[in-house]
Amino acid sequence: MSGKTLYLEKVTVSFDGFKALNELTLQIEPGELRCIIGPNGAGKTTMMDVITGKTRPDSGKVRFGPGLNLLSLSEPEIAQAGIGRKFQKPTVFEQLTVFENLELALAGDKSFLKTLFARTTVAQHRRINEVLDVIGLIEQQETSGQALSHGQKQWLEIGMLLMQDPELLLVDEPVAGMTPQEVERTARLLQSLEGEHSVVVVEHDMDFVRSIAKRVTVLHEGRVLAEGDMNQVQSNPRVIDVYLGG
Amino acid sequence: MRPRYTLWISARNDSGSGWFLGGLALIVVVMSLLNLVVPASSPLHVSSYGLTLTGKYLCYALLAMAVDLIWGYCGILSLGHAAFFSLGGYAMGMYLMREIGTRGVYGDPVLPDFMVFLNWKSLPWFWHGFNHFGFALLMVALVPGSLALAFGWLAFRSRVTGVYLSIITQALTYAMMLAFFRNDMGFGGNNGFTDFKDIIGFNLGSDRVHLVLLVITAIMLGVSYVACRAIVASRAGRVIRAIRDAESRTRFLGYRVESFKLWIFVFSAVLAGIAGALYVPQIGIINPSEFSPINSIEIVIWVAVGGRGTLYGAAAGAVLVNYAKTYFTSAFPEVWSYALGALFVLVTLFLPRGIVGLLSGRAKRRGNTEQLQIQTDKLE
Repeated sequence: MSGKTLYLEKVTVSFDGFKALNELTLQIEPGELRCIIGPNGAGKTTMMDVITGKTRPDSGKVRFGPGLNLLSLSEPEIAQAGIGRKFQKPTVFEQLTVFENLELALAGDKSFLKTLFARTTVAQHRRINEVLDVIGLIEQQETSGQALSHGQKQWLEIGMLLMQDPELLLVDEPVAGMTPQEVERTARLLQSLEGEHSVVVVEHDMDFVRSIAKRVTVLHEGRVLAEGDMNQVQSNPRVIDVYLGG
Repeated sequence: MRPRYTLWISARNDSGSGWFLGGLALIVVVMSLLNLVVPASSPLHVSSYGLTLTGKYLCYALLAMAVDLIWGYCGILSLGHAAFFSLGGYAMGMYLMREIGTRGVYGDPVLPDFMVFLNWKSLPWFWHGFNHFGFALLMVALVPGSLALAFGWLAFRSRVTGVYLSIITQALTYAMMLAFFRNDMGFGGNNGFTDFKDIIGFNLGSDRVHLVLLVITAIMLGVSYVACRAIVASRAGRVIRAIRDAESRTRFLGYRVESFKLWIFVFSAVLAGIAGALYVPQIGIINPSEFSPINSIEIVIWVAVGGRGTLYGAAAGAVLVNYAKTYFTSAFPEVWSYALGALFVLVTLFLPRGIVGLLSGRAKRRGNTEQLQIQTDKLE
């Protein structure tokens, strides 16, 4: 498996004195599917913001692979470097069709002039169809984004990430608000990505996490509280303390 | 497999474009015939005034289209497009002033009248070159384009969006107005430029020249329409709509949102400049009141009334609202501003997609029933 390792080393972010991340150190291996859980305010979303360049940390290092310092890159540069992010609230382009949504997400030169004269090639068509198949929206490819159900929007957004051929996918609360059938389908979708891409899933839904996770990291007050497989984590007294009220 | 995007396919599926370009051609043909063929004694004869008025409406239509491109498709509400329009107009006006030559009141071969009046001894540096028509045409595009480039680069890079951007575009056009009112700016102060004699040797007082200017305006409007359509139908056009609907999502897909906005903003400003340059020789005057903030707001009203995000709707809105304005300001001058305000409120409340939305809504309902028909046929 080729791919890059994501390292976060002693990353600290504070907002008005409140430390959203407190010397957080974390490592994601290539091809790994990692779940990150933690109570509200544990720093899960802030961590994603730091990795994708939306928030700059006060101190610490963020590296992707051996050479790439993410802290010196802008958001589009980080996206181009192979890190895709799915937001908590599904954001697809409502006025464009499913096909067009995926087409815009295609990897490649994204400058104005290139896109002005871009034609969708046969290979790109094939790629879009592959992703449509993976996310199960072949039938809906001509439907506009606003007409999709909540679950379909989530899958479309994951599909948009896949179009970019990212090495690392950051997925924020993918099953919030989904029906049980949709949750099951999402679990299968994320598991199918494991191995080819590194996937980091932030989620509250414990049943969902148990169904997909091999390795789980628990965040609390901006740092790692525990790490391991689901059983180890759930029997960890400090985790029980935080979750069940100490 | 899904058909690839080509301009041809999108134009075939787009009846609005056909109506628009056809209507434009019809206006030109009818106006020409009524002016050239129908005798002046007939009530149907179109006078020079009628030609100029139509030309003016078409300039406004081009201006509205420029605003629709940036507002309707990219979501940037510019309340300063009158500034780009006026700059294009001033660039053309400078050429027309130099073209007057010795026929001015003071008869100076080089200096325009207002400079002689101000006791200036030589031409300011930025007036050089404007005796050449080609140079003036270049400046018509270059000056508004450069201002938009500098302004947009600063604003978009700092991620100024929404209402804040609208406010600073208003401030921009207001500042330009104050600057152009000053005599020592070298643009004729509050009188601006007028008393033009001719354009590349053709007398601006003649009917024929006005007709030709009208035809050129219509052609420019048609060409600009096709160019704007090609942009919005391209992948870049879909990126622009994506920016409008979910800016940060677009950024995370790896698009440089600032650069897309900047390209479109500059292109839109150049179109506005061209509209201004076509406007000035037909109207015969340009002065700093063209920069006034209210003018930019009016453009937005034209676009909203016609139908935002359709291009032809914006053009139609500009013509309709200005036609109404011409009528109202002569029949009931005191109610015009109230009528305009009321129109905007009513359209916002009841016609969020403008007049075009109202018409195409009907057409679509018809289309849907046809589609249903086809599906039931298949079932049988």
